[in-house]
Amino acid sequence: MKIIINNKKIEAKKGQTILEVAKENNIDIPALCFHSDLDIKSNCRLCVVEIKGRDGLHTACSTKIEPEMEIATESEKIIKARKINLELIFAQHCEECNDCIWNFNCQLLKLAKKYNVEITRFTDRKKGYPVHQFGPSLIFDSSKCIDCRNCVDVCQKQCVEFLEVKERGHLFQVIPSKDKNKDCIYCGQCITHCPVGAFEAVGEFEDVEKPLQDKNKTVIFQFAPAIRTSIGEEFNLPYGSIVTEQLVAGIKKLGVDKVFDVSVAADFTTVEEAKELTERLKNNKNLPMFTSCCPSWVKFVEFYYPELIPHLTSVRSPQIILGGLIKTFWAKKENIDPKKITVVSIMPCVAKKYEIQREELKVSGLKPVDYVLTTRELAYLFNKNKINLKNIEPMEADNPLGIPSGAGVIFGASGGVMESALRTAYEKITGQCLEKLEFQQVRGMEGIKKTTVEIKGSSVKTAVVNGIRNAKKILEELKEDPKLYEYVEVMACFGGCIGGGGQPVPTDSKIRKQRAESLYQIDTVKEIRSAHKNPIIKKVYKDFLNSEEKIHSVCHTRYFPRKKD
Amino acid sequence: MATNDIITKLKKNNLLGRGGAGFPTSLKWDMVKNAEAEKKYIVCNGSEGEPNVFKDGFILENYPEEVIEGIKIALETIDNSSAYIYLHKDYYEKHTHKLEEIIGDLPITLFKKTGHYIASEETSILEVIEGKRSEPRIRPPFPPQSGLWNYPTLINNVETFYYVAKINKDEYQNTRFYSISGDAQNGGVFELPENYSISQVLEETNNLPNFDFFIQAGGGAMGEILLPNELEQPTEGAGAIIVFNRKQTDLFVLMKKWTDFLLQGNCDKCAPCREGIFRLAEIIEREINNPNKHSLDEFFKAREQTLQDLFFVLEQTSFCALGKCAVIPFRSLIKKLK
Repeated sequence: MKIIINNKKIEAKKGQTILEVAKENNIDIPALCFHSDLDIKSNCRLCVVEIKGRDGLHTACSTKIEPEMEIATESEKIIKARKINLELIFAQHCEECNDCIWNFNCQLLKLAKKYNVEITRFTDRKKGYPVHQFGPSLIFDSSKCIDCRNCVDVCQKQCVEFLEVKERGHLFQVIPSKDKNKDCIYCGQCITHCPVGAFEAVGEFEDVEKPLQDKNKTVIFQFAPAIRTSIGEEFNLPYGSIVTEQLVAGIKKLGVDKVFDVSVAADFTTVEEAKELTERLKNNKNLPMFTSCCPSWVKFVEFYYPELIPHLTSVRSPQIILGGLIKTFWAKKENIDPKKITVVSIMPCVAKKYEIQREELKVSGLKPVDYVLTTRELAYLFNKNKINLKNIEPMEADNPLGIPSGAGVIFGASGGVMESALRTAYEKITGQCLEKLEFQQVRGMEGIKKTTVEIKGSSVKTAVVNGIRNAKKILEELKEDPKLYEYVEVMACFGGCIGGGGQPVPTDSKIRKQRAESLYQIDTVKEIRSAHKNPIIKKVYKDFLNSEEKIHSVCHTRYFPRKKD
Repeated sequence: MATNDIITKLKKNNLLGRGGAGFPTSLKWDMVKNAEAEKKYIVCNGSEGEPNVFKDGFILENYPEEVIEGIKIALETIDNSSAYIYLHKDYYEKHTHKLEEIIGDLPITLFKKTGHYIASEETSILEVIEGKRSEPRIRPPFPPQSGLWNYPTLINNVETFYYVAKINKDEYQNTRFYSISGDAQNGGVFELPENYSISQVLEETNNLPNFDFFIQAGGGAMGEILLPNELEQPTEGAGAIIVFNRKQTDLFVLMKKWTDFLLQGNCDKCAPCREGIFRLAEIIEREINNPNKHSLDEFFKAREQTLQDLFFVLEQTSFCALGKCAVIPFRSLIKKLK
């Protein structure tokens, strides 16, 4: 249908809202409480517009278009309403702009400028409101919260329901649940869905330099698969820009001794996981097998479904395997005391900050990984050191733990772990070469992807899940019929790690899609695209991981039922 | 005795909803009756909560049979339907026993209201019955299209159902219930013609003051302030008339009564109502505690820009009618009594 916005004829689809049409046509309407992942709430009242023939102002986020509708998105009245509402909203938000994940790319500040907002017109209503910390992963400063409730909604969408709206006097407050049966799983979706930076990772950004401060140590950075197609955004590169080698060069510039690629460890994870899957299928034991790379998912199972712990693969997540290999295999090779090595992971994730604190992961008494920085934190560190990925001479990651297969790279997108494992398991089980490496049916942004893969006459039923709500659906299905699947991949965040809680903001479905597509693009052009064919894998298994005991200590772990922290 | 032509009768009698919004009852009934769904709900709203509005309580006390009869007619008119009576806490406690006796085997459930005043707004009622926080829903869809648990839902006020029963028996005489209170000498609830002017109502009920006065019409928090020369209009909203002795009324205390109510009564969902009411209350509170007393005129002049701005966003951008209507008493008071 045709509508008119600001005197311009626009073609739009029936069922769209005014805001959707405006966004598609690059017409700017401020909307703080709007997020394309969430239901429309229409709380912030900034997206008000005028509609010809209708009285008053109307919110663009909640008003559906009608044929011949004539809309004005800026007028004296609209500007006045936005200015005053922004002044009221600013009075809820204690500014701490210097330490905010939005890094001056802040919608509120931009709007303040645009609408000539007097940001201190009213006294801060939330001065003295509490700061909450959720485990070693998240911080929620409620004195910055503007009550839009995106965080509560996304936590509910995740089926975790840890963040709650609680009445306090005549006003409500967003607070963590006191219910002992509800706990944060550290997915960090509240961070990426909060429009005003009330949530952040622990240590963001005040602790970013810590890992570099101990001059007596060899500092090694390892970066996750999902970083290479997202961190460019922090330097104004288009969504999905592939910056693997610029990223390596940037890290080197920080004075780091070695840069390794966690995708290499993803190849180890794949080989071990394929082995375990083959074994479990053969013995028909603890099926379906669940992936365990995602620490939020692992915590979800341990806390909410402890009875299903045996289903989790015992294989460690890639960052932990690589950290373990660095402090054993690599340290020995380089003749460095592992105690004198600092391993820093760059992760798209805040749950990874929690994962590295798990005691049972220690290798010879040492934590495999000493620090986790998020994508945002590394970008901050780059900016602080005047490193710009836009104009840096690319460099390759260091040998021997710097060259992954394509399978290791796609770990960053939902379906990637499954596809990698299937590429390897297929060849291991059949002894034949897999002709078509792509498993299109497990790719994409859909919340649940079910498929059956034929391997040597028997079929393996799989489910690939992103978003914990969807995982819960699968678990409930399994309660009804335990034989429904043989292998289940779960990533807590929407779209997998490319949509992680440590990723740049904003993050939405379109952005996630672009980040994921670029990961698959990297895979497509790789010469080696299956984990078990990666030469470094072969070498490490031959030279180092040559006993069950060694494999176990570096590559496998245990899980425990958990109570609320 | 319910028949299918009750809707025609409602239309002929031009019955308007008595909850305050005045939507034609026959239209609502028609929409719910004709909506396609496997089941439907009927909700009788008996949760009036605005200060000085107490006519639903009066009706529940005196005419419970008629109310239940009205709901019964709706149950018979709308296929596959069941009903809730959503009651203010006090009414629930006071009338449950009696209502249950009258209800007998009818598919009618009594529901005790929780939450703020906003929980009397019709979509907020749906949220509360569904076990959620009391706050209004985005419309459309309207309850007759998608209400309780997404089923078509008819929501009418206690008084509306009372008059449905009357209309069904051809006993309706175009009356409504008025709650009269404040400095009125003969306060209470009165059933009088709906087209009566405020002065007629006051006169007929022996409430026309012989002192210098003003009134608030509609409700005791969101009703408009009217002067003695403005009483030739009918009573709006929920039909409350509050009489104030002009000499003895502290206008700042009166405004504080409103902001106290609004602070508690609103749901805090949308920014302008949550923050706007908060700031309004802050300004009035500060004035009350100010040792240097200002006249209303001085107060308004000193605060004009802020007050006008708050009124503007409340009226223009609030999510629901509560925020939009909250400005009415303040604006009219400042304009007329300064």
